[in-house]
Amino acid sequence: MFLGVLFVLPVANILGRGLITDAGLDLNPVVAVLENELLRRIIGFTFLQAALSTLLTVVVGIPGAYVLYRYRFAGRSLVRALATVPFVLPTLVVATAFLALGVPPSFTAILLAHIFFNYAVVVRTVGGLWAHLDPKTETAAQVLGASKIKIFIHVTLPALRPAIWAASAVCFLFTFTSFGIILFLGGPGRATLETEIYRQTAQLLDFKTAAGLSVVQLVAVTVVLVITNRLIARQRVALGLQSAAAVPQVRSAGQRIMLGGNLLFMALLLGLPMATLIVNSFSIPSGFGLTYYRALGTLRADSVLFVTPVAAIKNSLVIAVIAAAISLVVGGLAAHAIVRHRSGLATALSLPLGVSAVTVGFGFLITFDTPPLDFRSSWLLLPFAHALIAIPFVIRAIVPILSSIDPRLRDSAAVLGANPRRVWREIDLPISARAYTVGAGFALAISLGEFGATAFLARPDHPTLPIVIARLLGQPGALNFGSALAASSILMVLVVLVVMGIERARIGSIGTF
Amino acid sequence: MKPVLDLQEVSVRFGDNTALDRVSLALAANETVVVLGPSGSGKSTLLRAIAGLEPLAHGRIESGGIDLAPIPTHRRGFGLMFQSATLFPHRDVLGNVMFGLLMQNVRRAEAETRARAALKIVGLAGFETRAVAELSGGEAQRVALARAIAPEPKLLMLDEPFGALDRPRRDELSNEVRTISNRLGAATLLVTHDHAEAFAIGDRIAIINAGKIEQVAPPVELWRQPATAFVASFLGWNIISSNTGSTIAVRPDAIRLTPNPNHGRESATVITRTFRRNHWQIRVETEDHQFLNVEIANTEAPTNLNSESEIASGSVVGVIIDPASTICFTP
Repeated sequence: MFLGVLFVLPVANILGRGLITDAGLDLNPVVAVLENELLRRIIGFTFLQAALSTLLTVVVGIPGAYVLYRYRFAGRSLVRALATVPFVLPTLVVATAFLALGVPPSFTAILLAHIFFNYAVVVRTVGGLWAHLDPKTETAAQVLGASKIKIFIHVTLPALRPAIWAASAVCFLFTFTSFGIILFLGGPGRATLETEIYRQTAQLLDFKTAAGLSVVQLVAVTVVLVITNRLIARQRVALGLQSAAAVPQVRSAGQRIMLGGNLLFMALLLGLPMATLIVNSFSIPSGFGLTYYRALGTLRADSVLFVTPVAAIKNSLVIAVIAAAISLVVGGLAAHAIVRHRSGLATALSLPLGVSAVTVGFGFLITFDTPPLDFRSSWLLLPFAHALIAIPFVIRAIVPILSSIDPRLRDSAAVLGANPRRVWREIDLPISARAYTVGAGFALAISLGEFGATAFLARPDHPTLPIVIARLLGQPGALNFGSALAASSILMVLVVLVVMGIERARIGSIGTF
Repeated sequence: MKPVLDLQEVSVRFGDNTALDRVSLALAANETVVVLGPSGSGKSTLLRAIAGLEPLAHGRIESGGIDLAPIPTHRRGFGLMFQSATLFPHRDVLGNVMFGLLMQNVRRAEAETRARAALKIVGLAGFETRAVAELSGGEAQRVALARAIAPEPKLLMLDEPFGALDRPRRDELSNEVRTISNRLGAATLLVTHDHAEAFAIGDRIAIINAGKIEQVAPPVELWRQPATAFVASFLGWNIISSNTGSTIAVRPDAIRLTPNPNHGRESATVITRTFRRNHWQIRVETEDHQFLNVEIANTEAPTNLNSESEIASGSVVGVIIDPASTICFTP
C-alpha cells in the first residue's frame, strides 16, 4: 500500500504525464526520444559507461573477494569493514573526493568513481558465497589432476556464477542510474539518462522529453532486473554450502604477493580518495587550519545558501532518523509478507532499487502537487522519498534472517500457547532484531547521502548536507571548494559511524545487498 | 469417561493431494499410541491437524467430548515435540522450558519452579542457564521434552522425537518418555517410522499408509494378525501373490529350511545369508521365482541344517511353511 502510493503513483504519473494525451495513449515522446540523435547518443553512453564500469568492477572485485574471504590474516575484518565504506558513501562525497584528488572530469574519472563506489558490492556478494563453498569440491578436482588455474575456471568460477551475476546486476543498476558522479565528474558534454532527465525537468522544464527518457530508463532497468533474476535462478545449482570454511593462514610467497597486491590496490583505489578529501579539507593556503570548517557555521553575505551548513547537518540528521523509522516499519512489514507468501513480490519490491532517484524525485514532485495529495511543502516529503529508496535495502537485510527461521519454531510457540501476535513478539522480533539494526543503518546512511531525489524535493530554506555540498561545488572560489571538502568530510564521518554500527550488528555475512 | 482425543473421519488435503483420508482414532488418558508408517504417509500431518496447525477438510476432532474446531492452536493446551528440537535460540534452557507456562500467564516465580521440576524429570537439573547452542543433540531433545511437559498437557504429541539420535540414546529416551507420560497421566501420541521404537513403547500401534489408518492394535496382536496385506508387508512378512488373485502373507520366522530339497513343499535356492545377532536372515528364490525372507534363530542354524555351508548362497534347500503363521488376504 505504502509502495503503491509512494512508488507506483509517482512513476505512473510520470508515464501518464508524458504518454497520455486527450487523444489517449501517445507514445510520441518515447519515439521522439528515440529519434533524437543527441538523446540517442545519451542512451548509448549510459549503457556504455554502465557496462564498462560493471565489467571493470567485477574484474578487480573478484581477486579482492578472494583475499578477503579465502585468506586469513591479521586485521582482515577491519579491511573488510573499510572496503565497505565507499558503498554507503554519498555519491557527492565520492565525486568531491575524486575532485580533491585532482582527477579532472572525464570518462576515466566516471569509471574510477564507479569502481570505487561498487567495489564492496562485488567483494561482499561474491566473497560471501566464496567463503561458504565446500573446499572439498576443489580438493576433489585437485585429486583428479586439475591444475590451480583449471580448478578456478572449471570448478570455482561456475559455482560463483550466481553471486557474480547478482553483483553485476546491482552494479549495473547503480551505475546506469548514477547521478551525482556523472554530474560532477563527467564534465561538459557527458550526460546519461539520469542527468538528462534532471536537466530536462529542472532546467528546461520539458516534461514531455523527461517523461520519454524516464520511460526508456524504466524499461531498461526492468529488463535488466528480469534477465538477471532469471539468470540467477537458473544458475542457482545446489551447492554444498557450509558454514564459512576454515581458511588457510597466508603462507607462500605467491599468496603474499596476491594479498599484498590486492591490499595495495584497495589502498590506492579506496583509501587515497578518502584520505585526500580529509587532508585537503584541512589544508588552507597558509598551511593547515580549520578555516573551511569554521566557514560552515556562518552564513556569508555572498553565500549561495539560505541557511548555514550547520543547520543543514541538523536537517539531514532529522530527515535521516524519520526516513529510517518509516523504512523499518514498511520494510519490516514487506519482508514479512515476502517470507509468508513467497511470490513475485520480491522482484516487485526490489524495483525501486533500480529506478533512479531522480525519477522518484521528479515523480513525487508532479504527483503530490494537487489536492488531496499536495505535500510539496510538507517537510515529510523528503523522509518519505528517502524511505522509498532505502526500503529495498531494509527488505534485503531482513528477508534472509526471517526466511531462515524454522517455521516450526513458530508452530512450537503456538502449541505452547502463544497467540499469533505473541508469536511475532517472542520469536520473529527477537531473532530478526539484529537484521532490523542493519536495515536501520542502511536507511540512515542512504538518507544522509541521498542527492538525486533530494535535488528535486528539498526546499531552498531547508536543504540537506548533500544539497549544500552540491551548491558549494557549483560555485567558484577556493573557500567554496574548501567548504565543500569540509562538509563532505563531515558527511563521510557521519556515514562511516553509521556503517561501523552496521558492521558491529552484522551476524557473519548474513544479509545481502 | 470421554477420550482425551477422539478423531472422527478426519481428512486433510493439500490442493488435490489427500494427506489424511478419513482417519479415526481415540486415545484414553494414560494411554500411549504409536502411529507407525513409512515416510510421507501422513504421520506428521496427523499431529499438525490435532494441534490445529492444519485445517481439516472433513471430519471432527474432539477432546473430552468438546469439538476442537473453533479452538485455535494456542488454546488447545496440547504438547507437541518435533524431530529437531526447535528450541528458541534466543532463550536459554530455562527460558525455553518456561515459555509455555508464561504463555498461560502463570506467575514468573511459579513458572520457574515448575520449569526446574520439568528439567529435573528429564535429567537436566543444572542446565538452566545454558545457551541452547551449547547443547548436544540428546540434551536438546530432552530440553524440548521438558518444554512440552512443563505445562502438564493432557495430550503429549511427539513427532519422530528421537529420529536424529543414535540407537542407544534413542532407546534410553523412548523408555523415559513412557515413564514420564505415565507419571503425568497424560495421553501420548507418538509418530515414528522405527518399528523397534513403536513396538517398545506403544500400548497400541496404529499403522498408517497413504493417509489411511490400516490397523490399530496392541503390538502382539499386530504382529500375529496383520489386518491387511500392507500391514503384513510393512512389518516384514513375506507376501506371495497366488494365481487365484488373493495374497498370501507368511511370517519370516514361520518358514523352515531343510538341507534336502525334496523334503519341503518346494525347493529354493539361497541368494544371500545375513547374520543378524539373534537370528540369520536368509533370502531364497523358489522355483516359481518368488523371493522369501527366512529368519532362523542362530542357535538352530547349524543343528537344523547340519552345517552352515548348507545354507551358503547358491545351495538348494527345501522350504517348509508353517500354515498357522500364514494369512490369506482375498481382494
